[in-house]
Amino acid sequence: MIHALDEAAERLGLHIGLPLANARAMCPDLKVFDADVAADAKTLSDIADWCDRFTPLVALDPPHGLFLDITGCAHLFGGEAALLQTLVRALARQGFAVSAAIAGTSVCARTLTRQAPGTIVADGGEAEAISALPVSALGAGEAITTGLRRAGLKTIGDVASRSSHEITARFGARFSTLLAHALGQGDAPISPRKPLPDYIVEKRFAEPIATDTMIAMTLSRLADTLIASMEKQGKGARRLEAAFFRTDGVVRAIMVETGRPVTQSAVIDRLFRERLDALADPLDPGFGFDMVRLSASRTEIVVQEQRDLDAHVHDNDELAALIDRIAARIGGKRVVVHLPQDTHIPEHAVLAAPAQHHLAAAMQAEWPARVASEPPLRPLRLFDRPEPIKVPFATVPDGAPHQFTWRRALHAVVRVEGPERIAMEWWRQDGKQLTRDYFRIEDAEGLRFWIFRDGLYDSELIDDEGKPVPANWYVHGLFA
Amino acid sequence: MSGARRSALATLRGQIERIEISDTVHHRDRVALGHPEADGALQGGLARAAIHEVFCEGRQGTAATGFVSGLAGRVTERKPLLWIRQEFSDMETGALSMHGLAELGLDPRRVVMVRAADVESALRTSADALACDALGAVVLELWGETRQFDLVASRKLTLAAQSSGVTGLLLRMAAHPLPSTAETRWMLRAADSPPGAMWGAWGAPRFDAELLRNRHGPCGRWIMEWKCDECQFSESSAYPQPVAAAPAHRPDQAVLQRRAG
Repeated sequence: MIHALDEAAERLGLHIGLPLANARAMCPDLKVFDADVAADAKTLSDIADWCDRFTPLVALDPPHGLFLDITGCAHLFGGEAALLQTLVRALARQGFAVSAAIAGTSVCARTLTRQAPGTIVADGGEAEAISALPVSALGAGEAITTGLRRAGLKTIGDVASRSSHEITARFGARFSTLLAHALGQGDAPISPRKPLPDYIVEKRFAEPIATDTMIAMTLSRLADTLIASMEKQGKGARRLEAAFFRTDGVVRAIMVETGRPVTQSAVIDRLFRERLDALADPLDPGFGFDMVRLSASRTEIVVQEQRDLDAHVHDNDELAALIDRIAARIGGKRVVVHLPQDTHIPEHAVLAAPAQHHLAAAMQAEWPARVASEPPLRPLRLFDRPEPIKVPFATVPDGAPHQFTWRRALHAVVRVEGPERIAMEWWRQDGKQLTRDYFRIEDAEGLRFWIFRDGLYDSELIDDEGKPVPANWYVHGLFA
Repeated sequence: MSGARRSALATLRGQIERIEISDTVHHRDRVALGHPEADGALQGGLARAAIHEVFCEGRQGTAATGFVSGLAGRVTERKPLLWIRQEFSDMETGALSMHGLAELGLDPRRVVMVRAADVESALRTSADALACDALGAVVLELWGETRQFDLVASRKLTLAAQSSGVTGLLLRMAAHPLPSTAETRWMLRAADSPPGAMWGAWGAPRFDAELLRNRHGPCGRWIMEWKCDECQFSESSAYPQPVAAAPAHRPDQAVLQRRAG
């Protein structure tokens, strides 16, 4: 079946949806390529990235369309006509077949691109502009288009001349809404690909820039401007994105997050320098960037703190700044603080959370107090997954082993303390989990282990017939 | 002498002065560990604003971790502690347990952990962190022999520590000591608990700590016990002879000598 075709093929009378065998019969030397829907979608999204240079509000209209909300942007490009021309020319130069139109509503603009590309409709002129177009331009689906034709309604103007309840009764409410939108009565909202950033600054270049120094300079200048505009409203940036638009249409976006609102351009500068240095695939300027955009996609109101008298606040600021820098370099998930959890299962008792977002919470966290004059009851090193050990036998069934093998080394037990019994949480578990008996033990070398037996002898470690089954032993942690 | 020349000279003198100050002031800042003999060998305690290395064999890793935690506990003084480790070391040696640290008397609230993907980023991160004077100490935990940690890298860390006053502690597990710019170098093993009292009080962290290198004093080997409640080291309780009270804030000997002379 034909999925897409070019103009030459269309002139031969082929159309989308025609079986391939029929098409081959009509034109034996037809060149055929497999359709790759995923690649098409990727290309469309790349084009959408490129279109970000015109407006931050770009929405996908699959399979082949894009909506650009250019409200308030057109004058930056010399008016609507100039913008349309620039866009179409630039895309055509890259080998795409483009048809574009500008209208007051998205549906009307889409209708125009199908039959009258290049049209610019002023506000209020929608109905007039599309009345002469055939009904197929509405893109309402095969059944409705055929139905309209059969009813003798050849153009959109014909359909519009009927009263809307007749249309609704015959073709459904969705079609009548579509028609109303196309005629400029109300509009369907477009759903932009990215949320609108709070602040955007950008710099375009007459000549593409390619050197690192120029890029760094541009970024720091943009940062100055961004900070200045945020400062007026008392805001600081929590998430920043730098987008580099290459001359050949490729767009690369780099994001930096911070733990607290940034209000200094030097900080932004440094974070981006760290990030750019540490990129796994470095920024490739190719033939150069012709535009750089810096946007703050998340901002917060800055609370001014008294700094001079309280050294502690200053220290916390510096720590947060250090965490931001490390996170920009190696990734925010790699810098963590720890939050105690309300559970007694050892491996779940601590949650490691990204330090950028949870530093304040971690500083306030309540940890269980240690029992004074007791040796450590919890190991310093804990295995996420307890490691199985081989225990030849235990003298008393529910006692500690006399020796065991862990990581291919035999350890002779010299001292034992325990058991400490930890039952699993029946209200959380799925499937049967066994109660654990933990022992603190020391071997002949002075190494101290935290081992446990999985299951209770008399009640849990028995099979269906009531016979005892051998227990599994694990090393869960190591004491200093 | 022209004015420009004089000012250039003044700038240079200022620079030299600053270098000297960073070398002397920070170096005189020492923290007593609590173990009298070890403190004596260390001229009063562990030097701040310097790098200290702790080595151990592969399976003695937890003893070395405990010792480093103890050192960090002594030098940080309510300031945050940045602990940098390699990502895979959770599998190899077990994750550092915050409850375990709390049991040793340290405060888990002030520990920020960095899980680096490789040695280069771990080194880079520690150099950055050592330059940040909001921190009390930086622990860099490396497992196995590494080519990347050479004299140059070690010098970088030392310079960063000297300029900021932050103490750098290197935990080198399953590695052999190599020349470096560290102030002290230790070899750690776990020590047996004192004999007797099978069901009695045992299990306090005990270390067989060997001081392999000491820039400003003699070396030695001691059995040190970590007192979780007092958050300091002490002599082993196995020895029956009376132990002098731990000198927590005893004046720096170096200063006294200099004043006397």
